[in-house]
Amino acid sequence: MCAKPVKNDPKQEVGTTGHVWDGIEELNNPLPRWWVWVFYLCILYAIGYTIAYPAWPLLTGATPGVLGASTRADVAAEIKQFDDANAPTKAALVAADLPAIGDDAALNDYALKAGKAVFNTNCVQCHGREGGGNKAGGYPTLSDNDWLWGGDIATIHATITHGVRNTVDPEARNVGVYMPAWSETATGPLAEAASAQFTAEEIGQVVNYVLKISGQTADEAKATAGTVLYTENCAACHGEDGKGNRDLGSPNLTDAIWLYGGDAATLTATLVNGRAGVMPAWGYNDTGIAARMTEDEIRAVALYVHSLGGGE
Amino acid sequence: MWDYVKLIVLAVVALLAAMAANYAHDLPYQVNMLVVMIAAVITFIYQLRHVGEARVHDQTQYMDGVIRAGVIATAFWGVVGFLVGVVIAFQLAFPALNIDNTMGILNFGRLRPLHTSAVIFAFGGNALIMSSFYVVQRTSAARLWGGNLAWFVFWGWQLMVVLAATSYVLGGTQSKEYAETVWYIDLWITVVWLAYLAVFVGTLVKRREPHIYVANWFYLSMIVTVAMLHVVNNAAVPVSLLSSISVPIYSGVQDAMVQWWYGHNAVGFFLTAGFLGMMYYFVPKQVERPVYSYKLSIIHFWALIFLYIWAGPHHLHYTALPDWASTLGMVFSVMLWMPSWGGMINGLMTLSGAWDKLRTDPVVRMMVIAIGFYGMSTFEGPVMSIKAVNSLSHYTDWTIGHVHSGALGWNGMITFSVLYFLTPRLWNRDKLYSLALVNWHFWLATIGIVLYASSMWVTGIMEGLMWREVDANGFLVNAFADTVAAKFPMYVVRGLGGAMFLTGALIMVYNLWMTVRAQPQRVVAYAGVPAE
Repeated sequence: MCAKPVKNDPKQEVGTTGHVWDGIEELNNPLPRWWVWVFYLCILYAIGYTIAYPAWPLLTGATPGVLGASTRADVAAEIKQFDDANAPTKAALVAADLPAIGDDAALNDYALKAGKAVFNTNCVQCHGREGGGNKAGGYPTLSDNDWLWGGDIATIHATITHGVRNTVDPEARNVGVYMPAWSETATGPLAEAASAQFTAEEIGQVVNYVLKISGQTADEAKATAGTVLYTENCAACHGEDGKGNRDLGSPNLTDAIWLYGGDAATLTATLVNGRAGVMPAWGYNDTGIAARMTEDEIRAVALYVHSLGGGE
Repeated sequence: MWDYVKLIVLAVVALLAAMAANYAHDLPYQVNMLVVMIAAVITFIYQLRHVGEARVHDQTQYMDGVIRAGVIATAFWGVVGFLVGVVIAFQLAFPALNIDNTMGILNFGRLRPLHTSAVIFAFGGNALIMSSFYVVQRTSAARLWGGNLAWFVFWGWQLMVVLAATSYVLGGTQSKEYAETVWYIDLWITVVWLAYLAVFVGTLVKRREPHIYVANWFYLSMIVTVAMLHVVNNAAVPVSLLSSISVPIYSGVQDAMVQWWYGHNAVGFFLTAGFLGMMYYFVPKQVERPVYSYKLSIIHFWALIFLYIWAGPHHLHYTALPDWASTLGMVFSVMLWMPSWGGMINGLMTLSGAWDKLRTDPVVRMMVIAIGFYGMSTFEGPVMSIKAVNSLSHYTDWTIGHVHSGALGWNGMITFSVLYFLTPRLWNRDKLYSLALVNWHFWLATIGIVLYASSMWVTGIMEGLMWREVDANGFLVNAFADTVAAKFPMYVVRGLGGAMFLTGALIMVYNLWMTVRAQPQRVVAYAGVPAE
C-alpha cells in the first residue's frame, strides 16, 4: 500500500528546498505570475518615462527627454502668463488716483483680490485673518473704524510704505516717539529709558483715571487723584480729553478699542513697562535690493485694508 | 591584564569627559559629556567588582541575556516614543501645550526629533538588534560570536539614545531629519554599529547550517547599508572639539540630496529590510507553516535592495534638484512597488493552510495586520513619488499619515507580535499571561492607526488643495494660517488615534510583565544549541 499524497498539502504538491532552519522550511512555489507581469510593466513604464522626460545624467548635462519637459520652464511660463495678463491692470493701478480707484469697478475688483493675496502672504501673521488684530502682540485691528494714524487710503498707503518705528526707513512713523516706561520697576526693552516718574501708587491712580474715562468701573478716589497726574504727564500725547492724537499715533483712551488691552492689569503693565510697537517698511529698502512690496502691491493692499470695514 | 586595560581606559574616558564638560562651549555638549562621564564611572565600578572573574561562554547555550535586555529596552523606548508622539500631536492641535519657561525643552521643535528618534532608533533599533540576535543564533545553530561584544552593542546603543535625547531637548542638533544627532554621537553610533556588524557576521561565519536563512540576508543588508548611509550623510567638520556644532562637508542641493538619499534608505533598510528579516523568521514560527516561496524571497530581496537605494530624490521633487535626478528617483520608486510586495506575498501566503489561526491566535492576527499595513504603505509610497501626485502631497500631512501607517502599522505591529512571541520563550514561560489583553491591544492599535492615517489623508489633501488654489488673476486664495485653522478637527482625531495606540502599548507592557511575573516556569526548558 503506498500512501496517496494528502490533498492540499503544499509540502507534497510543490516540495520544499530541503533546508530546515530552526524548524522553518521553504516551499518551492514559483513566482506569482501577476507579480512578475506587474513588475515588468513597472519597468517598462520606467523606461518609457525616462525616454520622455529628462533622466539620464551625461558628462555635462542630462538627456532632455523627447517631450522637452522642464519643471522650471513650466512654472516660469505659468507665472509669466499671469504677469502678462495682469500687467495692464497693474500699470493702471499705479497710475490711478488712489481715492478714485473705487469708482473703477474692474480696477477696484482686481485691487481687492490682489490686496487680499498680498495681505495673506505678508500681513496676516501679525494683523490676523481679515485684519482681526492681535492684542497679545499689540497688533492693531484693521477691520474697525478706530485708526492710530488715520484710515483714509492715502494714510494707510503711507503707513504700509514706510512702517512704524523701524530702524530702516528714515520716513518711518514715530521714530523715537513711543509710550515710555513710567516706573523704575520696568522690565523689557524700554526699561533702560524708564523715566521712573510714577510710584506704584501713582500708577494705580492713573490706571483708574483711564478706566474711568473709558467708561469702565473705577475707584473714584484714585481716579480723581489720577486726574492731575494724567493732565501733567499723559495729555501731551493722548490729549486733554484722552481721545488720542493721530499725528503721534497715540491711541484714543476713551473708547472700548484697545491695542494691548483695557483691563486694569494690562493698563498697569503698559504704564510700568511702556510700549513701542514696530511695523516694517514694506515699500522701502536701504540695502540696494528691491523693497518687499512693489508700488502696485502696496496700493492693492492699502485698498484691501481700507475695504475691511473701517476705511475713511 | 585585559581587565586592567579596560579599567584604565574607562578612567581616562571619565576624566576626559569631565574636562570636556568643564570647558564646553554649549549646554547640550556639556550635558552630554556629563552623561558620558557618568556612564564611564558606572561601567568602571562594574568592571572593578568583576576583576579577575572568568568570562563563561557556554557554546552549547544560546546567548539570551542580551536579548532579554533588548526586549525590555524595546518595550520601554516604545512607550516613551509613543508618549512623546501623543504630546506633540496635541501640541499641534493646542499650541498652548508648548509650555513656556522651560528653556524651550517642551517646545514642539525640540520634542519632534525626540519623538522620531525614540521610535525609529530607540524602539525600532532595539527591536532590530534584539530580534536579529535571536534569529541569527537560531537559524545558524550557533551562539553569538564575540563573547560580551553583544552586550557592548546593547549598552552602547542605549547610551547613544540617552545622549541623543538629552542633546535634542537642549537644542543640540545638526538639523538633518532622522540624522539630528550631533557629530560625536554620530561617531559613537559608528563604533557601536560596526560592533553590531561584527557580532552578526561572526555568528553567520561560525554557523552550523549549510545555508544562510533569508531573514539573515535582510538583517545583514540592513546593517551594511545603514553603516554606509550613516557615515556618508554625517560627514561634517566640528567647529571645536568642545562644541556640539559642526559644519557639513556638502552644501546646497548636494547636501539635500545626500540627506534624502540617507533619509529614504533609513526607511528602506532600517524600517523595511530589517523588519522584513523579522517577518521572515517570526511569521513562519508563529503559524508553524513553511515560507511560501524561496524563489520569491530571493528575487524580491535583490530587487528590493538594488532599487531602494536610488529612490531618495523623490523627496526633493520641484526643488533646486535637477529634473533628471527627480525623474530617476520617481521611476525607481515606481519599480520598487512589486519588489516591496514580494515580502507581503511571502508573508501572507505563508499562512495558507493556517488561516484559521487568525481566529484563535491574536498574535498571528497582529502579524497579518502588520503585513497588510506594509503592503498598503509600500503601494502608497510609489504613488506619492509620482511627480503629479507629489506636487499635491509634498509638505502636507499626507506624508505624515503615510509614514505613520508604515511605522505604526508595519513596524509597530510586527514588533509587538515579536515581543509577544519572545517573552514566554526568553523567560521560559509556557504561554502569555492573557490572550484577551493581546486582543485589546490589537484592536486599540488598529483603530488608532486607522484614525491616524485617515485624518492625515483628509487634512493632507485638503491643505494641498488649499495651498495651490489661485483665483482668475493668479492670486493665492488662502493664507497659510487658513489651512492651519482648517486642520484643527483632524489634528484632534490624530491625537486621539495616537492615544489609543499608546494605550495598547501600555496594555502590552502590563501583559508581558505579568507573563514573566505570574506565569509558571516551564518544566522542560526551551532547547539550547542543537548538537552536531
